Amino acid sequence: MKTESKLQKILDNGQFAVTAEIGPPKHSSAEGIRHHAEMMRDYVDATNITDNQTAIVRLSSIAAGVHVQSCGIEPIVQMTCRDRNRIAMQSDLLGAYSLGMRNVLCLSGDHQKFGNHPTSKNVYDIDSMQLIYYLRRMRDEKLFFSGEEIKEHEPRFFIGAVANPFADPFEFRVARLEKKVEAGAQFIQTQCIFDMERFERFMEMVRERGIHERVHILAGVTPMKSWRAAKYIQNNVSGMIVPDELVERLKNAEDPKREGVEICIEQIKYIKENIKGVHGVHVMAIAWEEVVPEIVERSGLYPRPKVD
Amino acid sequence: MIIAQQKPVKDVAAMISNCKKVLLVGCAGCVTVCLAGGEKETEVMASSLRIMRKMEDNPLETVTYTATRQCDPEYVDMLGNMVQDVDAIVSLACGVGVQYLAERFNDKWVVPALDTKFIGGSTVHGNWEEKCGLCGDCILHRTGGICPIIRCSKSILNGPCGGSQYGKCEISKDVDCAWQLIYDRMSALGKLDKLMEFQPPKDWSKSRDGGPRKAVREDVMID
Amino acid sequence: MRLQYAPNVRIVEMPCSGTIDHRVLLQTFEDGADGVFVAGCMEGDCHFLKGNFRAKKRVHQVKKILDEIGFGGDRLDFFNLSAAQGQRFAEIVKIMTDRVMELGPNPLNKSAKKEGGAA
Repeated sequence: MKTESKLQKILDNGQFAVTAEIGPPKHSSAEGIRHHAEMMRDYVDATNITDNQTAIVRLSSIAAGVHVQSCGIEPIVQMTCRDRNRIAMQSDLLGAYSLGMRNVLCLSGDHQKFGNHPTSKNVYDIDSMQLIYYLRRMRDEKLFFSGEEIKEHEPRFFIGAVANPFADPFEFRVARLEKKVEAGAQFIQTQCIFDMERFERFMEMVRERGIHERVHILAGVTPMKSWRAAKYIQNNVSGMIVPDELVERLKNAEDPKREGVEICIEQIKYIKENIKGVHGVHVMAIAWEEVVPEIVERSGLYPRPKVD
Repeated sequence: MIIAQQKPVKDVAAMISNCKKVLLVGCAGCVTVCLAGGEKETEVMASSLRIMRKMEDNPLETVTYTATRQCDPEYVDMLGNMVQDVDAIVSLACGVGVQYLAERFNDKWVVPALDTKFIGGSTVHGNWEEKCGLCGDCILHRTGGICPIIRCSKSILNGPCGGSQYGKCEISKDVDCAWQLIYDRMSALGKLDKLMEFQPPKDWSKSRDGGPRKAVREDVMID
Repeated sequence: MRLQYAPNVRIVEMPCSGTIDHRVLLQTFEDGADGVFVAGCMEGDCHFLKGNFRAKKRVHQVKKILDEIGFGGDRLDFFNLSAAQGQRFAEIVKIMTDRVMELGPNPLNKSAKKEGGAA
C-alpha cells in the first residue's frame, strides 16, 4: 500500500536505505534535536524519534518529529504500547498525521521498571502486533480500532515494526516477524546487531520463509564508545548479545571511540555486501548523534538518493 | 486463592493510635491458608500491638475473633456482640473482608491490617505466586494454560516481546518469561501453529475497566 | 556436676522445641520476662527430624517482630543444646543474663528498676 512516505519510496525503489535515531531530551527545549537533525539532514533518509525510551520521560516523539521535519528530515514517529491506551494512541496518531508525519514505528516499549518513574502504571491496552494490525486497517479499510468507520481523512502511515534476532526463543523470532508482516508491517528495524553470526542465521531463516520479499528489513547498528559500555550491555540489557571479541577489541584499542566507529562501518559494509534480504541500515548512535554523518559517508552510503 | 500479606505492625498501630480497645478479626478463608490473617496471625498481631502500646504507657485492650469468612454477610453478622464497646475493628482479611465489616458496622472505624496482593497459589510451603489476572475473559486455552495477562509483565497477547532472553523477562532474571513458557508448552504439544494466529485486543470492559463487576446465579437465590 | 547459674532463670519445659509457637514467645514478654531463650536439640539430633530447625526459624521471626515494634529482638534468642551439656547450659544462661542486664528491665515493667534477670 503506497503512502506519502519518502522512506517508502526509497525502499520500494530498491535503494539501500539509511535511517538514524534522535533521542529527544529530558527538558522542553528543541535546540538539541534541531541541531542533530540539521547535522544529519543530508546523510539519512529518515530519523526515528524515540518515544520515552527506556521509560524515561522525554520531550514527546510527535512534537520532536515536527522539529525534525522543519529541519528537512523525514521523521519516523515511534509509538510504544506502554504509555497510551487505544484512545490516546489513535488521537495522537491522527494528530501526528495532521502535522505531516508519515512513518510510524510500532513497539511494545521497555518496562517502566528501568525508567525514571518505576512506580507508574503501564498501559498495554493493546500490544505492538495489535497496533500494527489496527494501524493498517485504519489506513486500508478506514476504520478506527473499534471498527467504527473513519468518514474522511484517514491517516495513511507507512508502518514499521521492530524485530529482535537476539531475544529468545530464537526459533520463534522469525515466525513472530512474519506475524508482524502479516499484520501489516511494511518495514522492520532490528535491534542493535553486535553478534553478526546470529543475525546471519536469522536472515537465513527470513529468506527461507521469503519474508524479505514482503517487507523491508533495516539492520540496526550501534557504534560503541567504550568497552565498558559494551560490557554493560552484555551483562545488563535483556535481549541483546555482545560477543566477548567485540569487548576485547574495544578494550585493546588505543582510541576506543575511533575503534567503535570503525567497527560500526565494518558491520554496515559487511551487511550490505554479504547479507541478502537486508534493504537498509538503521544507525542508532545512542547519545552520539554527531558521529552519524561520518559513519554514513565512510560506509559508502553518501550521497543519499533524491526523491520527488 | 487470594494472597495477602501483613502490613508492618507500626502502620496498623498508627491507624488505631487513638483507640483504647479494638477488635481484631481474622478470617478462616484464603488468608488463613496463606498465613496472613488466620487465628494465629490475628493473635500475634494483637500481642504485638499490646506490647507496643504498653511500652508507650498507653495500654491497648484487644479482643480477637476469627470469622469463618469475612466476605459473607452471615459470618460478619456473628460479630454483632463483640463490636459494641470497641473503638475500632482491625480486619485481617483481604480487602473484601475489610469492606464487608465497614459496611455492616457503619458506625465503627474499620482498618486493614493486610495488603491484598494477588490471586495465586503456593509453590512450596511459605511461598506463593501470582497466576491469574482476573481479566474476566479466560484465554488459557489459547496460551497453553499459562496466563500472559498477569505473568507477562506487559500483558502481551502476541508475545514474546524483544526483552525475553534465556527464558527470563526483561524486568528481572528472577522472573520467567511467560511467553517462553507458552512457547515451550505449545511446542511440546505440537501446537506452535496456534501462536501464529493473530490475537485481537482484549475486551477490558470485562475486567476492572467496566466498573465493579457482578456475578449472578438466579437459580440459587432465596426469595 | 554442681554448676552454678543465675537464680533468676525459670525453666519452662516443652516436649520439643518445635512446638514453640510465636504467640507463646510474645506472651512471655507481655507477662514481664526480661529475656527468653529457647534451647533446642543439637542440629541433626531432633527426634522429629526438623523440630529444632523450625523452632529456630520461629524464634527469628519473633525477634523480627520485636525489633519492628521497638521492643528489641535481642531479648530473645535460640541456642542448640543437648541434655548432656550442663556446662554449656550454664554458659548460655550467663550470656543471656549478661545481655539482659545490659539491656535493662523489660520496658513493659515500668515499675522495675534497672536490674533485670532472665526468665
